Amino acid sequence: MSERLSGGEMLVRALQDEGVDYVFGYPGGAALHIYDAIFKQQRLEHILVRHEQAATHMADGYARSTGRPGVVLVTSGPGATNAITGIATAYMDSIPIVVISAQVPNEFIGTDAFQETDMVGVSRPVVKHSYMVKSAADIPHIVKEAFYIASSGRPGPVVIDVPKDTTDPNELFDYEYPATVALRSYSPAVRGHAGQTKKAVAALLDAKKPVIYAGGGVIQGEGTGLLTDLAKRLGYPVTNTLMGLGCFPGSDEQFLGMLGMHGTFEANMAMHHADLIFAVGARFDDRVTNNPSLFAPEAKIIHLDIDPASISKIVNADIPIVGPAVQVLGEMHRLINAALASKPDRIDSQALAAWWQRIRRWREEHGLDHDQRHRAGGNGSLLPQQVVQAMYRASGGDAFVTSDVGQHQMFAAQYFKFDAPRRWINSGGLGTMGFGLPAAMGVQFAHPNATVACVTGEGSFMMNMQELSTCMQYALPIKIVNLNNQALGMVKQWQDMQYGGRHSHSTYRDALPDFKALCESFGHIAYRVDALDELDAVMADVFGPKHKDDLVFVDAHIDPEEHVYPMAIKGGAMKDMVLARQPGENDIREDV
Amino acid sequence: MTHERHLLAILLENEAGALSRVVGLFAQRNYNIETLTVAPTEDTTLSRVTLTTSGDPSKVEQITKHLNRLIEVVKVIDLTEGDHIEREVMLAKVSAVGPERPEVKRTCDIFRGQIVDVSSDTYTIQLVGTTEKLDAFIRALAAGTILEVVRSGVSGIGRGGDKILSL
Ligand SMILES: Cc1ncc(C[n+]2csc(CCOP(=O)(O)OP(=O)(O)O)c2C)c(N)n1
Ligand SMILES: [Mg+2]
Repeated sequence: MSERLSGGEMLVRALQDEGVDYVFGYPGGAALHIYDAIFKQQRLEHILVRHEQAATHMADGYARSTGRPGVVLVTSGPGATNAITGIATAYMDSIPIVVISAQVPNEFIGTDAFQETDMVGVSRPVVKHSYMVKSAADIPHIVKEAFYIASSGRPGPVVIDVPKDTTDPNELFDYEYPATVALRSYSPAVRGHAGQTKKAVAALLDAKKPVIYAGGGVIQGEGTGLLTDLAKRLGYPVTNTLMGLGCFPGSDEQFLGMLGMHGTFEANMAMHHADLIFAVGARFDDRVTNNPSLFAPEAKIIHLDIDPASISKIVNADIPIVGPAVQVLGEMHRLINAALASKPDRIDSQALAAWWQRIRRWREEHGLDHDQRHRAGGNGSLLPQQVVQAMYRASGGDAFVTSDVGQHQMFAAQYFKFDAPRRWINSGGLGTMGFGLPAAMGVQFAHPNATVACVTGEGSFMMNMQELSTCMQYALPIKIVNLNNQALGMVKQWQDMQYGGRHSHSTYRDALPDFKALCESFGHIAYRVDALDELDAVMADVFGPKHKDDLVFVDAHIDPEEHVYPMAIKGGAMKDMVLARQPGENDIREDV
Repeated sequence: MTHERHLLAILLENEAGALSRVVGLFAQRNYNIETLTVAPTEDTTLSRVTLTTSGDPSKVEQITKHLNRLIEVVKVIDLTEGDHIEREVMLAKVSAVGPERPEVKRTCDIFRGQIVDVSSDTYTIQLVGTTEKLDAFIRALAAGTILEVVRSGVSGIGRGGDKILSL
């Protein structure tokens, strides 16, 4: 049973048939046939943004929080190029989004026509795949393939470039949405190698100083429950990457916190001294390993990932397994249960207890809070860590938290405890300032009744604050917590530590807006907090019933001198961290 | 670290833009391309690329993995891992005047080249062989006699009865 539809109508219909509920977009000449097709239907809702970059981050936030692809629609030329930063952000973190960019008509392509940009060419290095529609008749199967490719295997962004003539309302085609996709050149792994899986289980059970190092791939691959069960069954310590937070309960005893450049002391020390590292859905990013040649010298490495290209890219894996997290973790779980059933003392519990004792000592000596203990009784100014902790208390931890990029991002990652996956949403790979607010908006659309908070810095916030207008239009009750240090804090920290305190273009103290008044001008609620004793009352208001339906902005004026610690020492091993700022010097710990 | 030369055979969908993804990947990941040939195969929906690159084995393995990640790439084989045949075609325009003229012809015969075009003072020679053979021919000609050279880049195929798609 097929109907006669125009290209523009087929595109919209295919999105409906794909189950899309929201499209984040911004119109323009080349996209107008598509916009007219959107006008004539009710099944999917188009959200009008204020900048195309924000549209891509909204789609990205939607995708990260639901696991379903987010959808973007932009016009040609500047609309398309404005979307690039968001596409690159999604690409680096393997997030499924489908970006539809309008294009000048086929006959004008290559002529430098008005608002013509070679979108397929410009986006090529930052997409999983892209399509250029040559003929309207191809639209249904291209849309079908685009969603399949975006969301399967290692997910990622897919661009569909749509020349205006292929959406002409006067040319009708038989529409039928394909039921299946057949791509001879694309077949994501469906199961891991059985022999490798067995070897991995034996190595896990033999370990005396094990660490489970889990990343965003566990969340993407829906492996959270299995990973948690497996770690619990073994009683092994777990650390998460910035992207993996929430894939193991953050408030659990076995959780060591985040690892890497600003990871916890205990997580980084455990990685360095481990004799076995089970890496799952993680990619040994340079922000994790520090100097790869000094990485975990004693450790045997099991590396499970869906993407063969991620394995042995930076650190050589002793036992590589390519496969989906759910299938391989499920199989490992079964093998571990069988092994422990037949031989309950298969794990060297004495060695494990000694290992835990070492980890606990690291935690007691230099775990988080270290900095606050160090500074207790200081100048009384508000510390960023205290603001994040107050948020955590006031929300009961039951919130989606997005963030931007900078010190505030690290404080949020360190001090908010995520007990569930898809709750912590940030740009890990590209580190895109301006991500936080639009990402939170995408999350709020997907979860209208949930608490959605955005931890931002005044620098990052100003990169996409025009979206306050979109929030007003759609009445999005997001809670924005601005850790205002009146500086590009992370840049300033590096300048303090590596450039003799020369703050080259990282401060703008006298040129900041009154954020409270700014937000109020968009009809939102805003608070300003300067002191610790006001903090809990404000957070109680913000996250309580009083402002359930309001967007609330908290402008928290924090100590501008605060640094993020621990911080990896450049070129060193994971154990090499700066732990705190001493008056006039840095306390550099070489080893313990 | 060993910087060996590797010969990659790549089958990809014969579609607009597919080749630019392959070439773009090399630029993006900082890999080098030494030679590149491409043309449709007996199945016209597929194109076959032969590409030479160099690097240590782990780097070439990474390249292969990244190529496989491209949606339009159907198959990638490192031909240098097994027995294979490789050939390159060269057209060389060579100065051929006076006593040099018969000398050039003799060198051409020794290398089993063919003279495919003639002018009063030049020969254009076609030569097929391995890269080393083509290089040797250029060295064998007297300095200054070569006016212009065009080489196709290497094409390669595995020895024996196995087809690339069944490997
Ligand atoms: C788009 C973009 N430009 C530049 C950077 C480099 N950068 C990283 S952190 C940072 C400072 C961020 O300032 P702010 O948002 O106020 O956060 P803070 O570090 O002060 O908490 C900068 C400029 C970036 N990550 N993204
Ligand atoms: Mg700041």
